[in-house]
Amino acid sequence: MTAASISAPPLEGAAARRRPARRVLPGFNLTLGYTLLYLSLIVLIPLSALVFKTFTLSWADFWAAISGPRVMASYRLTFGASFFAALVNVFFGLLVAWVLVRYSFPGKKIIDALVDLPFALPTAVAGISLTALLAGNGWIGQYLEPHGIQLAFKPAGVVVALIFIGLPFVVRTVQPVLEDAEKELEEAATCLGATRWQTFTKVIFPSIAPALLTGFAMAFARAVGEYGSVIFIAGNMPMISEITPLIIIGKLEQYDYAGATAVAVVMLVISFILLLVINALQAWQRKRSGAPA
Amino acid sequence: MSNDTRTNRRAQAGTTEPAWVRWTLIGVALAFIFLFLVLPLAAVFTEALRKGFGAYLEALKEPDAWAAIRLTLITAAVAVPLNLVFGVAAAWAIAKYEFRGKAFLTTLVDLPFSVSPVVAGLIYVLMFGAQGWFGPWLAAHDVKIIFAVPGIVLATVFVTFPFIARELIPLMQAQGNEEEQAAIVLGATGWQTFWYVTLPNIKWGLIYGVILCNARAMGEFGAVSVVSGHIRGQTNTMPLHVEILYNEYQSVAAFAVASLLALLALVTLVIKSVVEWRHEREMKAVAELPPERPLAATPVAGVAR
Repeated sequence: MTAASISAPPLEGAAARRRPARRVLPGFNLTLGYTLLYLSLIVLIPLSALVFKTFTLSWADFWAAISGPRVMASYRLTFGASFFAALVNVFFGLLVAWVLVRYSFPGKKIIDALVDLPFALPTAVAGISLTALLAGNGWIGQYLEPHGIQLAFKPAGVVVALIFIGLPFVVRTVQPVLEDAEKELEEAATCLGATRWQTFTKVIFPSIAPALLTGFAMAFARAVGEYGSVIFIAGNMPMISEITPLIIIGKLEQYDYAGATAVAVVMLVISFILLLVINALQAWQRKRSGAPA
Repeated sequence: MSNDTRTNRRAQAGTTEPAWVRWTLIGVALAFIFLFLVLPLAAVFTEALRKGFGAYLEALKEPDAWAAIRLTLITAAVAVPLNLVFGVAAAWAIAKYEFRGKAFLTTLVDLPFSVSPVVAGLIYVLMFGAQGWFGPWLAAHDVKIIFAVPGIVLATVFVTFPFIARELIPLMQAQGNEEEQAAIVLGATGWQTFWYVTLPNIKWGLIYGVILCNARAMGEFGAVSVVSGHIRGQTNTMPLHVEILYNEYQSVAAFAVASLLALLALVTLVIKSVVEWRHEREMKAVAELPPERPLAATPVAGVAR
């Protein structure tokens, strides 16, 4: 009886429906309060320490710390290698996602599960095993070295490690979009006389482009901050194969806390920008996929 | 049977490629997977067993290796439950209510994902290190956080912060509030509602988030490396121990410890696949229910990923 009278309001109209819904479930203050407290303690206050530490630097010192020749060389390597690796991942990620969604072949389920390996495998393990593979006496390195191709302990090795790290991002963003793609559109394109390649470039590709771009941005963002897998394979030569996170570590080891913080702030700002870009891309993707349905 | 007819229809409609294109694409994709995923995994175990099983076991029995394993387990045992409680609380607040700034809060929860691990370690050094905000106070009270276990745990908590929350938020948003409201209306308390209504609905997502969080907590390298101080037998986690051994050219020992972490990754992938598979089966079962229970089918469908 009482139950009926309490549940009555939701039937009265949309406006009346929203407000009780908010009140009926208990725990709003508790959960939101705990969320904010924990978020502040673990993330926000420590991150603000970084910003405040930067303010102790004069602008000239800050600029000197973030624009030294060694630091600039590390930006070039970090961003160049990340960009290139993300590009490779877009191509092969799309291919892997396509094959997993559209075709059937033996062992497909295992391959599908294996795609997440870079998420699950600790980066240090990935680093030493890729190095062991690509070194002159490794399984792959022994075939490349005689042809003058050296990957380990070179900037090219950084790209290889970053490809490994970024692959699942592209596959896992493109895969669900391909799964949801409407086959009817492709059928229509074929009926209208399009070749399969035309159907792919004009019908399928535009619908997965936002997801591909999101995957690219996520793989790139992850690669920029990556440390564990890269330092083993890079060789870490100043000016040549030294990534930006390693510059931070190097400055810390010399007790140059201010210098380390300055470079860290640059990386943090770039991560923020990438995060905003990814959010915008995802919103775009939602709009695109939501529109036709 | 039904699969065959479906492929036939698809082929007739011209929505697939000629067989040679299909097999070439599959071949290239598999070759890529083999080169970039299978070979590195295989290399870990081969390198670890290079000098035989005896040397492998010997490397794992070493006291420093044991200390590293213990510290890694302790770290995960603290970090994962902390982030589990946070993840559930955050998902409840964000998914079940409407409030201003919700999108912003969701972005903040995701923030640790986009911060470089090295920066994540650095911020705790700036807070608790000798020159940090609380450094002098901590030194005066003889509390060690940086270059000690608490710092390692903190850095790990930061790095694994969003894992469980981000798994649960979309799941709980898709499920809506109807079932919880019904429970409350029928007289359940908030905790009862959570235990008997919400938890069974989110259990797969929860398990999924926990295993991913755990894998990252045990495998984190960059952030932990900054705050650990690399004291053998005391502040070395397994990934840090791998690094030290590797840099000392003790390749077999390094890969032996690494092989344990690789096993952890494999177990994680297996659990993840099983969870996904069971979840899909449940979804299918719900979808195939006769229409006398239409409510059960609508709110949960299509949440699998």
